[in-house]
Amino acid sequence: METILEINNIEVVYNQAVQVLRGLSLSVPQGGVVALLGSNGAGKSTTLKSVSGLLDLEDGEVIGGQINFKGRSVKLDSPDKLVHRGLFHVMEGRHVFEDLTVEENLIASTYACRGKRNKSEAAGKKRFDLVYEYFPRLKERSKGLAGYLSGGEQQMLALGRALVAQPDLLMLDEPSLGLAPLLVEEIFRIIVRINREQGTSILLVEQNAAIALSIADYGYILEHGKVVIDGTAEELMANEDVREFYLGASGKDGEQRSYREIKHYKRRKRWLS
Amino acid sequence: MDWLFFIESSLAGLCTGAIYALVALGFVIIYKATKVINFAIGEIMMISAYFFLTFAGIFAWPLWLALPAAVVSGGLLGGLTEKTIIRPMLGESPISVIMVTIGLSNILVGTAQIIWGGGPQVLPGFLPRQPIFLGEIYVSSKIAFSALIAVAMLICYLLYFRFSRGGVALRATASDQAASFSMGISVPRVFNFAWIFGCMATALAGILFSASGGLSPHSGGMALAILVVVIFGGLDSILGALVGGLIIGWLETIVGAFWGGEYKMLAIFTLLTLILVIKPYGLFGTKEIERL
Ligand SMILES: Nc1ncnc2c1ncn2[C@@H]1O[C@H](COP(=O)(O)OP(=O)(O)OP(=O)(O)O)[C@@H](O)[C@H]1O
Ligand SMILES: [Mg+2]
Repeated sequence: METILEINNIEVVYNQAVQVLRGLSLSVPQGGVVALLGSNGAGKSTTLKSVSGLLDLEDGEVIGGQINFKGRSVKLDSPDKLVHRGLFHVMEGRHVFEDLTVEENLIASTYACRGKRNKSEAAGKKRFDLVYEYFPRLKERSKGLAGYLSGGEQQMLALGRALVAQPDLLMLDEPSLGLAPLLVEEIFRIIVRINREQGTSILLVEQNAAIALSIADYGYILEHGKVVIDGTAEELMANEDVREFYLGASGKDGEQRSYREIKHYKRRKRWLS
Repeated sequence: MDWLFFIESSLAGLCTGAIYALVALGFVIIYKATKVINFAIGEIMMISAYFFLTFAGIFAWPLWLALPAAVVSGGLLGGLTEKTIIRPMLGESPISVIMVTIGLSNILVGTAQIIWGGGPQVLPGFLPRQPIFLGEIYVSSKIAFSALIAVAMLICYLLYFRFSRGGVALRATASDQAASFSMGISVPRVFNFAWIFGCMATALAGILFSASGGLSPHSGGMALAILVVVIFGGLDSILGALVGGLIIGWLETIVGAFWGGEYKMLAIFTLLTLILVIKPYGLFGTKEIERL
């Protein structure tokens, strides 16, 4: 299968001082769903920002390695050009334009359609109906300010903007953040729909490993800025370490706990070395 | 109290205020989109008035050509400023950027002196002179027509920002730069447009002021009142620019008419101080902006 995104051994520092990614590599196949998992501060969001070029805005820099999107280095294009080439990054925390209406948020995302064949601004606007079909709740609120939407509705709007943009690769940063379990399932059903119906490749960053692996083909687990385990979703779900640290499988016997904790520690050490 | 005189002065004040509102709008557009405080605003007004003097007076172009050409030239001057001296300062501290705009204002004064000479000049008259009477109330038609032109431009701007796709991009950039980039909006291009649009409004106001007040390389000093307007209304508030412009214009004229010109500054700065004590970010400003 062809790869749409190839990250090769990248190193990233913030403020020319703090190194956050240390030789991270991963790839996303065309049409695939890839999950990127890891604990807080592992560098998941930084990875996505390195790809989309938004790292520059935070005084971060890729100081080593390569990132290729559709076979071309992302360094060569500004963040908005990358969007026009078919890359779309839904940032952590949704980042809806709060003082714009829901509809104006969608209009803003028609800028993503510029320069792509058959995907003019008008074509983008036609897709508003598709967004409202996926998310009927947004239609009811289309004239209201996005800042007044609930967290879940804002996440829907963030995905709605991605639908308008029709990217080839969609990068989602913690779409489940702060949502009730039922809503998380709804959002993930939509993500699967976007992947199947639109043929969009997806790179998914999640804290909720169970649900992420349930829709992903392949997964990477990140610790301290590098990949420590990777494999197909089935492999990861079967992996003992992943089950314990990320899927929350609990130990069988309470009395053996302290011994198990030592084992945890050793296993973590092994990943890090 | 002479009510007729009060009403006449109030009308004149509101007319001046409409032009203040136009410059303030130009300032706020630039501030909202790019977070740059443009201290060269008065000098951009002044230079644009010289553009008009050149086109209408020296080249003797007809008004319908000279006025738009001068306004567009003022806008392009703004666009050029953004590209050449503001953009390289991106990410520097706000104070450095302010210093750059102050430097620019001095360069513009010097340039005007070299090109057009230091003495005062009079713009070719393009506004009607015969007085207007509304019943018994007298209004100077120069001021009234200036205000009408300013209001027309204000309305175009407001409609554009509210309803056009470009307006959405501008407001999106103002609210979240990273997210705007991630929508494929070219943020640097929006910055450039904001400077062009902002300086076009500024240019028109500069021409209108100079048409009744005369012009010299130091005319840019009139922008002190504009800074009061935008701080009063809130640096990042379009509504604040409009309301602030009208209030400050009105107050200044009333105080000037009843107590004399020397009290104008005293009055508007007293009002400004009062407002800032009650609302530190201006009448309609939002919280996270710099304190000047
Ligand atoms: N703008 C920044 N400047 C300096 N350091 C940063 C910046 N952004 C992130 N970091 C640091 O980089 C590390 C990785 O951050 P990142 O946001 O990539 O983690 P994450 O895996 O997305 O975590 P989370 O699950 O909590 O979102 C953290 O230690 C963080 O403190
Ligand atoms: Mg994160």
